[in-house]
Amino acid sequence: MDVETNRRMARGAVPHPDVQTYDEVNRDVLRALETPGKGWWALLAVAASGVVLFFGAWGWQLYKGIGVSGLNSPVGWGVYITTFVFWVGIAHSGTLISAILFLFRSPWRQSIYRAAEAMTVFAVMTAGLFPLIHVGRLWHAYWLIPYPNSRFLWPNFKSPLVWDVFAITTYFTVSATFFYLGAVPDIAAARDRATGLRKKFYQVISLGWRGTDSQWHHFGKAYIFLAALATPLVLSVHSVVSWDFAMTIVPGWHSTIFAPYFVAGAIFSGVAMVITLVVPMRKIFGLEAYLTTKHFDAMAKLCLFTSLIVLYAYVCEFFLAWYSGEEIERTAFWNRLFGDYWWASWTMLTCNGLVPIMLWFRRIRHSIPALFVIAIFINIGMWFERYVIVVTSLHHEYEPFAWGIYRPSLTEMAILVGSFCWFGFWFLLFTRLIPPIAIAELKEVLPAPRRRQAKEAY
Amino acid sequence: MENAGGLLASYEYLDSTVDTIKGLKKAGFETVRAYTPYPEHHIEDALGYDQSPVRVWTLVGGLTGAATGFALTIWTSIDWPLVVGGKPIVSIPAYIIIAFELTILFGALGTIIGLFVLSRLPSIKPTVVYDPEFSSGRYGVYVEGSHQRLEEARRIMNEQEPIELREGEADD
Repeated sequence: MDVETNRRMARGAVPHPDVQTYDEVNRDVLRALETPGKGWWALLAVAASGVVLFFGAWGWQLYKGIGVSGLNSPVGWGVYITTFVFWVGIAHSGTLISAILFLFRSPWRQSIYRAAEAMTVFAVMTAGLFPLIHVGRLWHAYWLIPYPNSRFLWPNFKSPLVWDVFAITTYFTVSATFFYLGAVPDIAAARDRATGLRKKFYQVISLGWRGTDSQWHHFGKAYIFLAALATPLVLSVHSVVSWDFAMTIVPGWHSTIFAPYFVAGAIFSGVAMVITLVVPMRKIFGLEAYLTTKHFDAMAKLCLFTSLIVLYAYVCEFFLAWYSGEEIERTAFWNRLFGDYWWASWTMLTCNGLVPIMLWFRRIRHSIPALFVIAIFINIGMWFERYVIVVTSLHHEYEPFAWGIYRPSLTEMAILVGSFCWFGFWFLLFTRLIPPIAIAELKEVLPAPRRRQAKEAY
Repeated sequence: MENAGGLLASYEYLDSTVDTIKGLKKAGFETVRAYTPYPEHHIEDALGYDQSPVRVWTLVGGLTGAATGFALTIWTSIDWPLVVGGKPIVSIPAYIIIAFELTILFGALGTIIGLFVLSRLPSIKPTVVYDPEFSSGRYGVYVEGSHQRLEEARRIMNEQEPIELREGEADD
């Protein structure tokens, strides 16, 4: 190891000390595309049966009508909207890792961002289905698109729900583009090693990438611009989602802290999901040299930091409710902790506020099994956070005659479980079709081979 | 170019590649192309790049998006004036959100289109002058010129001990 590498190691700029040469990167990462193994097939089988469940339950709801869900007056938004917000939130940390940390030149993002970006795309794909499920009459869903209908009536652009349509479609388009563009050079690397039908497939989707100087030159600039566009986008998307709530006058929703609170929560849950996905991926494909404890430590710190923001927001909400002196608002928050849905609120507080405290300890941050378990707790907690926000606020609004209890039906639970399988299904396909670790970007942080050094070594 | 041909050399080391490019540029070769497994700024410097015009596409895309966003929302509000929630017919603060999202959307699409146009993607047809090792760990230098000049190029390329040197002609 030369002096330069030593110096880089010392300031923590060598995230993968066990990886030395470019060929090694190609060999290790592209191996993931070749040998699926039993674990992968088993997971795919589970995911595929979940997808069947998902569409089966949705089909049942389309056939019977929205009445098969537990949605009714006064709780018209339930598990579907909860899960929609959950998946949009999951998406966010992928863009944070791929775009924001790229602009900040964070040295640990290279080996994680491809998986995180894929997660973003698939999470938005999952989230996007939920408004369609929720509206019940799917065949009218195209009314969301701004087009002049037969009476030249346009959508109401003052409505947060229409903002949401724009935010989510833009987010899906931009994150999918960003993901695909970033993968093109690596798909070309896969093409150059593949044979037969796979080679044909990669030839087409690599767009004929050859890695010439002019391609890299324009690619680099385009990538920076896309990152710079994705950064404000990701912050705007969950803000717009939060305004679906905050723009109403429902007690518990009508609050100005919603946008930053939602964005922090989104990143919190998303990083936890990245950990949940990357731990098995690392194991199944033998990528230990690329996903080191350093990466997990960094992600755990990000989780810890955002958990503190989220916890602060929780406390703030209670304080504001009390400080407002508004009877209805105070009741809403009392009701959250001690009302009919107390179990949901306490699950949320435990999983998002208490469990992440363990991340203060270095030993826990460096233990991958411990992180995996904590990440799952956070995933559960963040789903319940949205459940608390959506359901407890709606079931106990202003007029006592309009109070009621909502219980999710079996159909809704099947769709919820199915959505995880639908997401997992795409993620599993991704790990076999597209290099799951960014090959070209990893090479950028490896020391370049130089003849002068090679000569000295002899 | 009449009697034109090309030479492709593969190198194992970055400094050999950069020296070859500098040598060829110094000898006056105009069409010099490099292949690298990752973006390498030493090579870009040797080839003398300045700003990429992709940024113009991004800017034009973004501005188009902002204009479209405001035009769509304002025009549709005026087209059928309906008072909703006691707000003005044209509520600019609400429309900023639509305009913002479309700025990002069109800006991103503009960037992609610009990239595709500038780097001539997609080009699926098979290419003669390429080595699959370029996406793995090798650097490539390709040069074009008349047959007499190529002898000089061959000498410059051989100075840096290439792994492979072969003749061929690029298709674009």
